[in-house]
Amino acid sequence: MSVGALLRIALRALAINKLRSALTMLGIVIGVGAVIVMIAVGAGAQARVEEQIRALGSNLLLVMSGATTAGGVRLGFGSNFTLSEDDAAAVNREIPEAIAAPALRGSAQLIWGNTNWSTQIYGVTPDYLEARQWPLAAGRVFEPAEMSGASKVCLIGATVAKQLFGGADPLDQVIRVKRIPFTVIGVLETKGQSLLGTDQDDIVLMPISTARTRVLGSANVARQRSVGTIWVKVGDGVDTRIVEEQVRSLLRQRHRVQPGADDDFSLRNLQEVMAAQEASSRVLALLLAAVASVSLLVGGIGIMNIMLVSVTERTREIGLRMAVGARTRDILGQFLVEAVTLSLIGGLVGVALGMASSYAIASFFGWRVLLSAEAVGLAVAFAFVIGGFFGFYPARKASRLNPVEALRFE
Amino acid sequence: MLIQTKDLVKVYRMGDNDVRALDGVSVDIDKGEFVAVMGPSGSGKSTFMNLIGCLDRPTSGEYLLAGRRVSELAGDELAETRNRQIGFVFQHFNLLARTPAVENVELPLVYAGVPRGERRARALKILERVGLAERAGHHAGQLSGGQQQRVAIARALVTEPLLILADEPTGALDSRTSLEIMRLFQELNGQGMTMVLVTHEADIAKFARRVLHFRDGQVT
Repeated sequence: MSVGALLRIALRALAINKLRSALTMLGIVIGVGAVIVMIAVGAGAQARVEEQIRALGSNLLLVMSGATTAGGVRLGFGSNFTLSEDDAAAVNREIPEAIAAPALRGSAQLIWGNTNWSTQIYGVTPDYLEARQWPLAAGRVFEPAEMSGASKVCLIGATVAKQLFGGADPLDQVIRVKRIPFTVIGVLETKGQSLLGTDQDDIVLMPISTARTRVLGSANVARQRSVGTIWVKVGDGVDTRIVEEQVRSLLRQRHRVQPGADDDFSLRNLQEVMAAQEASSRVLALLLAAVASVSLLVGGIGIMNIMLVSVTERTREIGLRMAVGARTRDILGQFLVEAVTLSLIGGLVGVALGMASSYAIASFFGWRVLLSAEAVGLAVAFAFVIGGFFGFYPARKASRLNPVEALRFE
Repeated sequence: MLIQTKDLVKVYRMGDNDVRALDGVSVDIDKGEFVAVMGPSGSGKSTFMNLIGCLDRPTSGEYLLAGRRVSELAGDELAETRNRQIGFVFQHFNLLARTPAVENVELPLVYAGVPRGERRARALKILERVGLAERAGHHAGQLSGGQQQRVAIARALVTEPLLILADEPTGALDSRTSLEIMRLFQELNGQGMTMVLVTHEADIAKFARRVLHFRDGQVT
């Protein structure tokens, strides 16, 4: 018997009990729908993490000043400026695979015309843009003369440009940072949210010398050439963990930290932070996959259940079909095709529902969702396999009925 | 000789007891005969019918259908024999109620692997022969008892079998309709079709030209 003929028989049988067929499919619909949503949300989250890695800059180490202990009260990392511009210079000198960019951080109120905006101020060197792989959307970077001369020039982030200037061109405009006039010489490209969800584009960059002496400068800061953080960019193809150790030992040596004593700075490998984040999003996806497969399993059992009921109900029909010449494989095929049709239709409805839910989630929660054709194909194939697996036992039971008893069945 | 049975024995196990439903039945039926099989319930007539119809296999003994030893066949070969050589008519019609009459008639041809177009043509022709051409598109469940049994007879005839086996074909019909169905059988027999009819009603058995009486698993 051809598959087409079996399919017609199956569709007719399913159409006779429309409500029952629909309810039976429901398990598969929910299971496949969940798989689709899971894949869409999981892939979306994955893509987002990858995007954040790209936004942060790859192969980055972050060195922060150590904690200070004042009278037993321990303040956080960065509270004591144990790092200095000289440390950054030493890293650049001693470790050729690394580019170290010192940064001095503070916050300030900006004024342009009659608008104002509060933002983060970073005193940096041109290496900072290199380390963070942060190109300019417009304008130029600091020139050596501006660096050494503590010129009042700055680069602004996309958010600052939007808040302060609206639609106007910020280039060569003069803004006031803590009442000191600065010329905007460039605008940074949009970088988006950081891993912690803060807006990385809400920023003003200026030469570190300017920040130290004119804007953020306290006597202490000015004297020590100290900085809060040093970003270290590791060259491509170099193991960040090796460079991490080199930086650590160099800084310990420079700071005269005794062997066995704690570091007076914190050194974080952002690559590994990212890897951890990626791993956790993978765990989440696995969890969802487990839930989805449980519901697919339940859906499959539902199909088996209904197919067993159906075989019992239609015992006389099976007897009749055998009497007029149906072979074992004809009956087996009939019920197998029926089960597979049931789960396949359920699978297709589930795909539609899953896609609709994914896009609803995307627009409602503002999550990123990504759905590939492979994922959809996989879900449908899964439904197919479930139907075949759980439909086989009832179908075999039907095909093994004794025709005499089946015909006499009440 | 169309049907030849030699010493057919069928033993069923009921719990701890063996029941000899058939106890050495040797019967010959010629082509073109119209035979009624009679007997009280439990006499073995249904068992005999199941064996003749290749629905079941004998415990021992031999059954030759058109010279072929079918008592040794199994499974799919039996199914093929039923499909090609035997037409069944049942007491309760056994039609697919939510399926059009014509598709019910086509069913044996589906399993014979006849292409769709030819199937439909042959089914319609047979329906015409039993006087139901204009009901071909109706669902079997919408037809009267007599009409349903005619559809069932058409289904039995459509493969052009060697014989028709009718198991209490009038059991679910009123007497007037029963008469019509029996006349149809007579007519078919007149055209050369071999008929074997199982019944417990003497009135119905009268339509046959030969009666086999069963009692305690034996022909008397």
